Amino acid sequence: MSYDVIIGLEVHVQLQTQTKVFCGCSTAFNPQAPNTQTCPTCLGLPGALPVLNKKAFELAVQTAMGLNCEIPLFTKWDRKQYFYPDLPKGYQISQYDLPFSRNGHLDIPPATDGDTPIRVRILRAHLEEDAGKNLHDESGRGAGSMIDLNRAGTPLVEIVTEPDLRNAMSARRFLEELRLLLVYLGVSDCNMQEGSLRCDANVNLHVHGPDGTKIPTPIVEVKNLNSFRFTEQAIEFEVARQWEQYQKTGQTIHDAPKVTRGFDPDRGMTYALREKEEAADYRYFPDPDLVPVTVTEEQLSLWRSRLVESPASRRERFRQEYGLSLYDAQVILDQGVLFADYFEQVASQTKDGKQAANWLTQEVQRVLNDRRWTLTEFPFPAPALGHLLSLVSTKKITGKSAKDVFNLLVEGDEPEVVTSETIDATIAERGLALVEDTGAIDMAIADVIGRNPKAVQDFRSGKQAAAGALIGQVMKAVKGADPQSVRERLLKQLEG
Amino acid sequence: MSSTAATPINQLSMSEQLQRLQNKAISSVELVDATLAAIETHDGSVGAFLQVYPEQARAQAASFDERRARGETVPSLAGLPIAIKDNMCRTGDTVTCASRMLHNYRPPYTAGAIERLERAGAIVVGRTNLDEFAMGSSGENSAVQLTRNPWDLERTPGGSSSGSAASVAARYVSGSLGSDTGGSIRQPAGLCGVVGLKPTYGRVSRYGLIAFASSLDQIGPLATDVTGAAILLEAISGHDPRDSTSVDVPVPSYSQLVQQPLAGLRVGFCPAHFSEGLDQEVAQTIRQALTLYRQLGAEVKEIALPHADYSVAAYYLIAPSEASSNLSRYDGIHYGYRSDKFENLADLYAASRGEGFGPEVKRRIMLGTYALSAGYYDQYYARALKVRRLIRRDYDEAFQEVDVIAGPVAPTTAFRLGEKNNDPLAMYLSDIYTIGTNLAGIPAISLPAGYSKSGLPIGLQLQGPAFEEIKLLQAAYMFEQAAGVLERKPGMVGG
Repeated sequence: MSYDVIIGLEVHVQLQTQTKVFCGCSTAFNPQAPNTQTCPTCLGLPGALPVLNKKAFELAVQTAMGLNCEIPLFTKWDRKQYFYPDLPKGYQISQYDLPFSRNGHLDIPPATDGDTPIRVRILRAHLEEDAGKNLHDESGRGAGSMIDLNRAGTPLVEIVTEPDLRNAMSARRFLEELRLLLVYLGVSDCNMQEGSLRCDANVNLHVHGPDGTKIPTPIVEVKNLNSFRFTEQAIEFEVARQWEQYQKTGQTIHDAPKVTRGFDPDRGMTYALREKEEAADYRYFPDPDLVPVTVTEEQLSLWRSRLVESPASRRERFRQEYGLSLYDAQVILDQGVLFADYFEQVASQTKDGKQAANWLTQEVQRVLNDRRWTLTEFPFPAPALGHLLSLVSTKKITGKSAKDVFNLLVEGDEPEVVTSETIDATIAERGLALVEDTGAIDMAIADVIGRNPKAVQDFRSGKQAAAGALIGQVMKAVKGADPQSVRERLLKQLEG
Repeated sequence: MSSTAATPINQLSMSEQLQRLQNKAISSVELVDATLAAIETHDGSVGAFLQVYPEQARAQAASFDERRARGETVPSLAGLPIAIKDNMCRTGDTVTCASRMLHNYRPPYTAGAIERLERAGAIVVGRTNLDEFAMGSSGENSAVQLTRNPWDLERTPGGSSSGSAASVAARYVSGSLGSDTGGSIRQPAGLCGVVGLKPTYGRVSRYGLIAFASSLDQIGPLATDVTGAAILLEAISGHDPRDSTSVDVPVPSYSQLVQQPLAGLRVGFCPAHFSEGLDQEVAQTIRQALTLYRQLGAEVKEIALPHADYSVAAYYLIAPSEASSNLSRYDGIHYGYRSDKFENLADLYAASRGEGFGPEVKRRIMLGTYALSAGYYDQYYARALKVRRLIRRDYDEAFQEVDVIAGPVAPTTAFRLGEKNNDPLAMYLSDIYTIGTNLAGIPAISLPAGYSKSGLPIGLQLQGPAFEEIKLLQAAYMFEQAAGVLERKPGMVGG
């Protein structure tokens, strides 16, 4: 017997707004000062009313556009009702039957060149408010529980996929691509430590029956996975557990209701969450404190026009236009929009994508890491680096000299912003320009050969390494000679 | 007949009080003192107020008097004492909704309507009693005290704005604010012989009004006369960006326009408003009112509101559904009443809510919770919303033919305290004529139309199209002048 794994994800993304979704309080992550970013509205005080943050709605729509969703022109707000201490109103303002977007998709990029992407359909994305956070005394000393409502009212987009994922690795890679997209769109910082991106995974198996039928096992929802690795581990664990369970009990989806489980990262295991005594009935109904939102086609096209290019599209362009491998394209994309923009500027200037990619992923990244600079603090603007790399590809300087110049110009506590002029001046100052005078090089070679009969003899008797010493002497004599050219000419004279 | 010379200044109409304040014929301190003295004398038996703020009110009055004495320009209602229903927030006050649940609740902010009222110079002298969380039609659901009808202390003032109506009927103040979800301003106004106006939904900010049913709630004025209601309505109306359902429509100068003659008025009446259950004396008084309109030159014609019979049923699904949700926040966790009898979280919720809410509030929470439950939503809530749309359409069509629809406010005059306590359905039916207004979101006014043989007030209701409060006020003023109903006051205050 064998089986297919069926996985659907629900991803909660905190939108990067200055203020909360239904009031003017700050959304800054601030666990050190609990309950300081609150007001009557997000505290759920009697008589306080919600007012939609238009920016949150715009970011939510842009998220859905990035996920290729349909955006209906009418959407409304519903109350999802349940009692919990971190939910001060006794209901969460969310969206039930008319979410602001539906029917989209996101492709998981191929893992290696030659593979095809995997399409994951998006069922819907809706906007809602986050709850607060219950803080329990874990010391065992019995101090009371406390509630921090700083987070209450932070805008969340819940993205629900169709059950299109077939293994834990794909789920992880889907989340990675989703995060990349959200960061590119500028809609979320996706900081998982701060809970900006959280995931629930619905997992079950389709067991292949002996007669070719598929037997679905009960669905398990693993809740609150706050890292991609945990998501992958939790799914892997669930698949194994469910398969074992099925073999033991033969239970199918018709025999057991959907259950929820938690994930213990220390043990790498999922565990049963205490089931509510009754089935949850959220008693959704339209929130009478808010008016429905209607958008126009004009508004949507304006927002669409402000969308940045998706990572998927860039990845494809980097491969097509600049000839990058999937791996190189991904390394650059992973560094963020600014880095990808920087790469494109350099590569389009030098017409050598591979060279630009190598420099960015090696020299530039090394300096950024060493100096803990962001790209905006980096003193080497893209046109300057483009100029430097062009000098290498047109053989005006050597690759090694270029690296020397690069390192020299980013030295110091506050290096000046580099320009083409400062680069040229440094090259001139240090005499790093390659000499094109073949006559001078040949004369120097003849001279070096004449003065080193021992080395010449060694070479001629088969010691290739002897040439290195001779080349070094010629290079010393002719400052700025291209070592490649010196080697070729020396060998010719030695062999001739 | 009252002789103005002998009338205590707290018993004057709002426009007279304002005029005398402006002329400096009286000071605000004198007016506030007269109000406080009247409360002191009579409120032990009426029970309209839950809170009175004597020092604060006197201090504000003194400050306005000083500003007037210095010749400063003061706002239009400067120094005028007003009562507010105890379900509107104001920083520093304890706001209880007459519920054990909020016995100690002090909001850190002020309601939009109260801000406007105070900015206009009105002085909040105290907070008035109500049915707990504004749920009820007799005031008897207050967890704090009974309010009695100043016309007959054995009778109910109506509700839920029981104290706001009684405080005006007892002439402590010339005006007050109430809130109206299904008739909670108009029905007590009718039973107490004062004027009450429920504005168009969205006309007055709900920000800071402790919600009962959000899609129906609206703050509005009560006053001894139509002009007073117009003055207060003008002060509290206007767009509030903090309330998404508040509408940005310019506010007419109601106080200036109310007394302008209205030519070519078309008054409609609906046979459904004269059906079974309507007291004969009330029916007769309303028919006389229609006759008076005819005599005043109005065209009076029959209109149909085909779905009126379903309004109570729709209302008692929609309002409790919203209430069940709005009142979920009272969970004993963050503020308000918390039981000390609990073992775990579920107990804490159950015990705090079980002990903190009164029986009528619990009944409505249960009704609403049931109506919104999985499997029942379509059958109840969704269907009630459909009926609501039909009722709205009925009114739209009726207002093609008439300017206002006249009818009774309530089926009976003030009933005896305790009379309907054990019969919630009978109690619910006392809002049968007022509920349609809230479902349709339109404005309506209740004003004294006459008196029963036993001397109890009978109210006339006029309903109008959305944002046509001015037409209601003008039509009401026209009636008030011709009917001579203002001459009577409750016996306890010298009427």
